[in-house]
Amino acid sequence: MNKWIQTAKLSLLAFLGTALLSGCDRSKFIVLDPRGPVGKQEYNLIILSVILCAIIIIPVIGIFTYIVLKYRDKPNNKAPYQPEWDDNKFLEIIWWGIPIIIVAILGVFTAKTTMNLTKPPVKDVDPIVVQVTSLDWKWMFTYPDKKIATVNYAEIPAGVPVQFILTSDAPMNSFWVPQLGGQEYTMPGMSMGLWLQADKVGEYFGSGANFTGKGFAHMQFRVKAVKQEEFNKWAKQVQKDSPVLTKAGYKKLSKPSLEKELSFSSYPIGLFEDIVNKNGGIYYDHMNHMGDHTTMSDMNMKK
Amino acid sequence: MDNSHFFVTGDPMIYGADVSIILVSLAIIIYLTYFKKWGWLWREWITTVDHKKIGIMYLLSSLLMLFRGGVDAVLMRIQLAVPNSHFLASEHYNEIFTTHGTIMILFMAMPFMFALFNMVVPLQIGARDVAYPFLNAVSFWLFFLGAMLLNISFVIGGSPNAGWLSYAPLSENDFSPGPGQNFWIWGIQISGIGSLMTGINFVVTILKMRTPTMRLRDMPLFSWSVLASSIAILGVFPIFTATLAMLTIDRLLGGHFFTMTGGGNPMMWVNLIWMWGHPEVYIVVLPAFGVFSEIVATFSKKRIFGYASMVFSMIAISIVSYYTWVHHFFTMGAGANVNIVFAICTMIIAIPTGVKVFNWLFTMYRGRIRITQPMLWFMAFVPCFLVGGATGVMLAAAPADYQYHNSYFLIAHFHQVLIGGVVFGYLAGMYYWFPKIFGIKLNERLGKWAFWTWQIGFYVCFMPQYALGFMGMTRRMYTYNSTMGWDMGWAPLNMISTVGAFLMGIGFIFQVWQILYSIKHGERDVTGDAWDGRTLEWSIPSPPPVYNFAILPVVKGRDAWWYQKQEMQKGSYQKEAVKYEPIHMPNNSGIPFLMAVCFFIAGFGFTFEWWWMGIAGLIGVFITLFARSFQYNTDHFISVEEIERTENALRNHGSIHRTAN
Repeated sequence: MNKWIQTAKLSLLAFLGTALLSGCDRSKFIVLDPRGPVGKQEYNLIILSVILCAIIIIPVIGIFTYIVLKYRDKPNNKAPYQPEWDDNKFLEIIWWGIPIIIVAILGVFTAKTTMNLTKPPVKDVDPIVVQVTSLDWKWMFTYPDKKIATVNYAEIPAGVPVQFILTSDAPMNSFWVPQLGGQEYTMPGMSMGLWLQADKVGEYFGSGANFTGKGFAHMQFRVKAVKQEEFNKWAKQVQKDSPVLTKAGYKKLSKPSLEKELSFSSYPIGLFEDIVNKNGGIYYDHMNHMGDHTTMSDMNMKK
Repeated sequence: MDNSHFFVTGDPMIYGADVSIILVSLAIIIYLTYFKKWGWLWREWITTVDHKKIGIMYLLSSLLMLFRGGVDAVLMRIQLAVPNSHFLASEHYNEIFTTHGTIMILFMAMPFMFALFNMVVPLQIGARDVAYPFLNAVSFWLFFLGAMLLNISFVIGGSPNAGWLSYAPLSENDFSPGPGQNFWIWGIQISGIGSLMTGINFVVTILKMRTPTMRLRDMPLFSWSVLASSIAILGVFPIFTATLAMLTIDRLLGGHFFTMTGGGNPMMWVNLIWMWGHPEVYIVVLPAFGVFSEIVATFSKKRIFGYASMVFSMIAISIVSYYTWVHHFFTMGAGANVNIVFAICTMIIAIPTGVKVFNWLFTMYRGRIRITQPMLWFMAFVPCFLVGGATGVMLAAAPADYQYHNSYFLIAHFHQVLIGGVVFGYLAGMYYWFPKIFGIKLNERLGKWAFWTWQIGFYVCFMPQYALGFMGMTRRMYTYNSTMGWDMGWAPLNMISTVGAFLMGIGFIFQVWQILYSIKHGERDVTGDAWDGRTLEWSIPSPPPVYNFAILPVVKGRDAWWYQKQEMQKGSYQKEAVKYEPIHMPNNSGIPFLMAVCFFIAGFGFTFEWWWMGIAGLIGVFITLFARSFQYNTDHFISVEEIERTENALRNHGSIHRTAN
């Protein structure tokens, strides 16, 4: 039996080793390979928390192994045996104290990062706004400044903070582009803000992270970060070449279905606001504006 | 509602299930009839109010549900083993992960926990039954028939498919029409009422039913953990009931609590369900901590280290657990301040948990460690739960959580704490108290095979899932690489994970085999004290007589039985003259079962929106309540002669030096 257990332990280690090695290509671990300031701050916090946890866990597993090996119930075990020893204030203070310190350190950094992420990642560049609507089962992006709309892909200028304003015209989903930063829910009737930014030109994987039914697994999208000039050129191109998204067109688009990548040269004025309001948005005091400067005053009046 | 699809059709696996359900039911009916066991089943089990038998029924049902939930898990892993798989269709997969989660938490973990409550607490505190034996039977039957209601959904009407916590508005009529979602509501609503009653029952049992000489500060830590867990149940199960009732009003009566239109607010659902859901995970893990406290002390032959600190940390966990629910949706945009408060509260809960680990380690320190089956599971628990706890602290850092939320990192985390903490804990408890309840020791060799396949399977299954989370794989995807052409490199790790799931399945089969084998061939425990135990349950014969303690034990301090044994060995134990008195016991009753059947009928009726049936069921519930109110013959006394007869038979059969009580 013992021999068998040894073999089992070894094969377990071998298995884990293979699993780790097979994934050594860092580029596959997109969460650990951030390409923007938001993702980087989150990455730093991840690393900090791993280190702090390791400070506790590794010694504890060490002590545990030592104790189990040393105090086995064998007839010739010479280690001390004190069956009545059950209290030591000094030790208790140590192991209440160390976790408290660790939590305090992690708590401070958590609070700092949380506050930071509510602000634009860089101050000296004017941000742009992209409105995001999750539908069954596709993503619609509307650009209030350019008056264009896309489905299942978004282009953004690199090096520019992007405020994504999120809502849903379907069950709650979650908007996640791991390499740019963490996710935020898209919810019917709410408009939520999420700051992200790509430092470099590139294509980034995005997906819906909150389950929304039958077609959920197909809700991936592409975020393409390009140079500012190219972004402007692309927007012009879309305005020129792509079809118009009409009210009827949106109604059809919002029905449950899967879609490929689509572009629209324009969309009905106030589409995003209408989506938010018809799903109950009129009842809430919105934390974030809805991104469309032309209708801002309109919104304020409704409140 | 469209009821034209009463029976689920179209899937060969479902037909297979139909056939096996019919065959198994027939086999059971034929067996009971042929061996004339119907009366036995009714008298000994269905109408019983004995906590030990109710505990055994909980244990059997939870193992059955572990099987069902495990099959769900294996089916999911088969589907995900390779990309673009067509083994399960999207909706079928969605149903399976929904029932997997619901069953594992509510119909596996909860009843397994209640099994341990029932089998152990009264014995450990020197009581003859729980405070409300009748209510205890009601709780069990509500759980059991609630679980059956959810379980029939996969052959009748269709299973729920909106996730185990069924986030609104997805779970509303607009997106989830049909009976599936109603099955979910009524199945867990009915069993949830039972859970609340069990919570009440054990709070009162522990506070009022201890043997008069046992002070709270001498009570074994498992009973303390049950108290902490039961208090948490009292706090949160009412929220659960109310939340489900609100969803029922939305779905059945056209209400707008959580809808997208009419002023409904889906965020309120998310808050309410997690106000129950988060404390719920502490409810299930606290008793596991209690189990480990008993096991570590017994198998280190040493007093538990830092008893006061252990009790304090459990109470702290059960209180702080009320203030962490928002960490399940940091990404819902509650605002930075709210997120910070809940992030820090979540980290704080790690402190008492960590302290418990230290105390267990120092219980072993300068002890004498015997590596038995329960101890093996404890030793697997320590590293597993440490890592799971660490990933929990990582998740608690709100901004980092934006990157883990709903990804496989989260899946790996909660499986690690729920399997590594709760399942390992309950299995350890089962191995530990099995000889007490059944008088049989579980076979060591098969147990080791089960243990190692479980362990290897666990790590092979879940470690790759942490990595998959970092690779951006989100939960609840029925397939990957299929539409948008992204190949994220998820395939190899998914395949490894599936292998692990199979290994855990094999581990479970070993355990079933182990139990069956041991019942037939296992070593019988005739001493009543199979492990050289420390607490009162080991001072009585195994299995205990119906009244547990012929004479209520006298407790002078912690680990009462351990010190009594020492005195007995030294010969200084003052054996008092045995003078039995008649023992007051509750009568069996069929009403709990009938009441639960009426609840089942009501639930089934409302599920299909057959109002006549739902209302008829509820009327039935009231009739049973009414009947109980006029039942005067509810208790009896066991005569002194009968006690003497039973005790003599048990003691003669037992060990010679047994003189206590």
